[in-house]
Amino acid sequence: MDLKDKLLSSYIAFEEKFDMDSHLHDVRNQAIKNFETKGFPTKKEEAWKYTSLNAILKHDFSVFPKHENAIEFAAVKKYFLHEIDTYKLVFIDGKFSSFLSSTTHEGIDVCLLSSVLTKPKYKPVLETYFNQIAQKNESLTSLNTAFAQEGAFINIPKSKVADKPIEIINFSTGTEAALMVQPRNLIIVGENAHVQIIERHQSLNSNPVLTNSVTEIFAQKRANVDYYKIQNDVQTANLIDNTYIAQKQESRVAVHTFSFGGNMTRNNLNFYHQGERIDSTLKGITIIGDKQHVDHFTLVHHAQPNCESHQNYKGIFGDSATGVFNGKIYVEKEAQKTDAFQQNNNILISEKATINAKPQLEIFADDVKCSHGCTIGQLDESAMFYMQQRGIPKKEARALLMYAFSNEVIESIKIPELKQRITKIIATKLGVKMGFDL
Amino acid sequence: MLSIKNLHASVEDKEILKGINLEVKAGEVHAIMGPNGAGKSTLSSIIAGNENYEVNEGEIFLDGEEISELAPEERAHKGVFLSFQYPVEIPGVSVTNFIKTAINESRKAKGLEDMPANEMLKKIREKSELLEMDKKFLSRSLNEGFSGGEKKRNEIFQMAMLEPKIAILDETDSGLDIDALRIVANGVNKLKSQDNAVVVITHYQRLLDYIVPDFVHVLMDGKIVKSGDASLALELEEKGYDWIKAELV
Repeated sequence: MDLKDKLLSSYIAFEEKFDMDSHLHDVRNQAIKNFETKGFPTKKEEAWKYTSLNAILKHDFSVFPKHENAIEFAAVKKYFLHEIDTYKLVFIDGKFSSFLSSTTHEGIDVCLLSSVLTKPKYKPVLETYFNQIAQKNESLTSLNTAFAQEGAFINIPKSKVADKPIEIINFSTGTEAALMVQPRNLIIVGENAHVQIIERHQSLNSNPVLTNSVTEIFAQKRANVDYYKIQNDVQTANLIDNTYIAQKQESRVAVHTFSFGGNMTRNNLNFYHQGERIDSTLKGITIIGDKQHVDHFTLVHHAQPNCESHQNYKGIFGDSATGVFNGKIYVEKEAQKTDAFQQNNNILISEKATINAKPQLEIFADDVKCSHGCTIGQLDESAMFYMQQRGIPKKEARALLMYAFSNEVIESIKIPELKQRITKIIATKLGVKMGFDL
Repeated sequence: MLSIKNLHASVEDKEILKGINLEVKAGEVHAIMGPNGAGKSTLSSIIAGNENYEVNEGEIFLDGEEISELAPEERAHKGVFLSFQYPVEIPGVSVTNFIKTAINESRKAKGLEDMPANEMLKKIREKSELLEMDKKFLSRSLNEGFSGGEKKRNEIFQMAMLEPKIAILDETDSGLDIDALRIVANGVNKLKSQDNAVVVITHYQRLLDYIVPDFVHVLMDGKIVKSGDASLALELEEKGYDWIKAELV
């Protein structure tokens, strides 16, 4: 039985556990129908032209893990930003780990989506927000919606500032031979509220994992959100990250995506503007090698006047790695005085590495400032010579240059400890130990 | 110290150096002058090991050791320094961190431990004062947004830190105003000793008012066509290069 059939038949058993008359049940039913009609995306679809799921879908993934698994903190400490105090939402094979987590309901809610889905007191939240910005016609998002059970629920009420960053970490233990997990996060950031979130997916052994994650973020008036995604998973991990962001007027949302690992990573990052004077930032650094594949598929939907969006993606591809950048900026007729900027710079450090870059601008307003730039190149030889002349060997010189190349994006990380962590991962990734903390 | 014998070199099959002979002894300052396109920068790049140039014939010795097959960093570790005409910008890496890396890589190559942090700081302070560099300058990203003068001053600062045996200054005077020129030249003079040597490559005589050479060589069409003392530079300044061409015919 292929994975699609397996999921469809699992759904029948799964839905029996729920109240068949509920709103949520209707939502799930519609979602599974959409997935049934569309199935997994194939390369025939324009949006998936350069990313194939075929080989991945051949694994016999368990859809529901059979065991509850526990992990010792010491074994996974390194995956946390342990230098500072944070709220933590930790999931092991899709199940919440209260032992590793640190949640709160004091002033802000850092808790679980399962509560929102099941507890009557969250009914208004469920009906107002759940699956409201996620695209109902997108098949993988629908698949997640049909099966969504657990994930982060973060609610920062009006004028509250989350006093420390929130980490969302999804571990897979490899207890199952192959596991599919579908985390679902719902994040509501109220008027004038402020939050910093770090999200990470991590496999703890080499059994294949397919993560199909959906995150919905609602940024209300003047809300301020910094969201960081760390994708540095093992070679057998596959991640499809669907993130949907709705922004109200004068809100500011920045998403940084650091893609350093995994077998296949697809980031569907979507921003929807629902007010004026909004600021959206999308930045990323991709450094991959071997046969790794990272696909960034971004959309910024400018629907209102006087909004800005800033995109800056840097990619370094070695060995036989493949990269995709597809950045779509859509400017509606009403969205006058839009300022949309997109930049995508790539370096290929091996002859077998490839990148497919495609900026897509659809502009229907006549008074806008939209620009995009895309470069694909090799490392600057004169810069290499300069550093070697100063006694820095080739490997280290290369690493410094790649660091310099990524620097623009690194510089905009607002949590100093995270910035340090990212630069360390980059140094490790490049196989060098610098005489200073990069 | 540096001995170049019958050096022929080309880039992309175009022969640029056509038999260079040059002897530089410890304690000496040599100036290499010549019109545009004579091969001055090519010569400095080749001594430093730039792999874009092909050495077709001849040898380069440093303290008796043939170095023309060595990688640029290996030559640097042996004491070759080239001050670049166009230093490269490296965003995100500060002047301090860059020089720390350079010094410690050099020490690593010699089997030494990293330089202790306090010693490093002391040295950085000393040498940056020598070049009248502002403290804030040291924490800026290497060459990023530097003025022409700042870039050159930073090159000489790195030279001061690395203490090379032989320093080649490639058009170090270009883009410098008179104050910067004085500071840079002053720095070079203070670093000069009986144990090291300097080769100044320049288009104009101006820098040689400050760094007085023991020998002046004229490089034309890939060959050293005339050598003399400091007075030759003045003569070139006054009369240009045409009279030498005429002499050659």
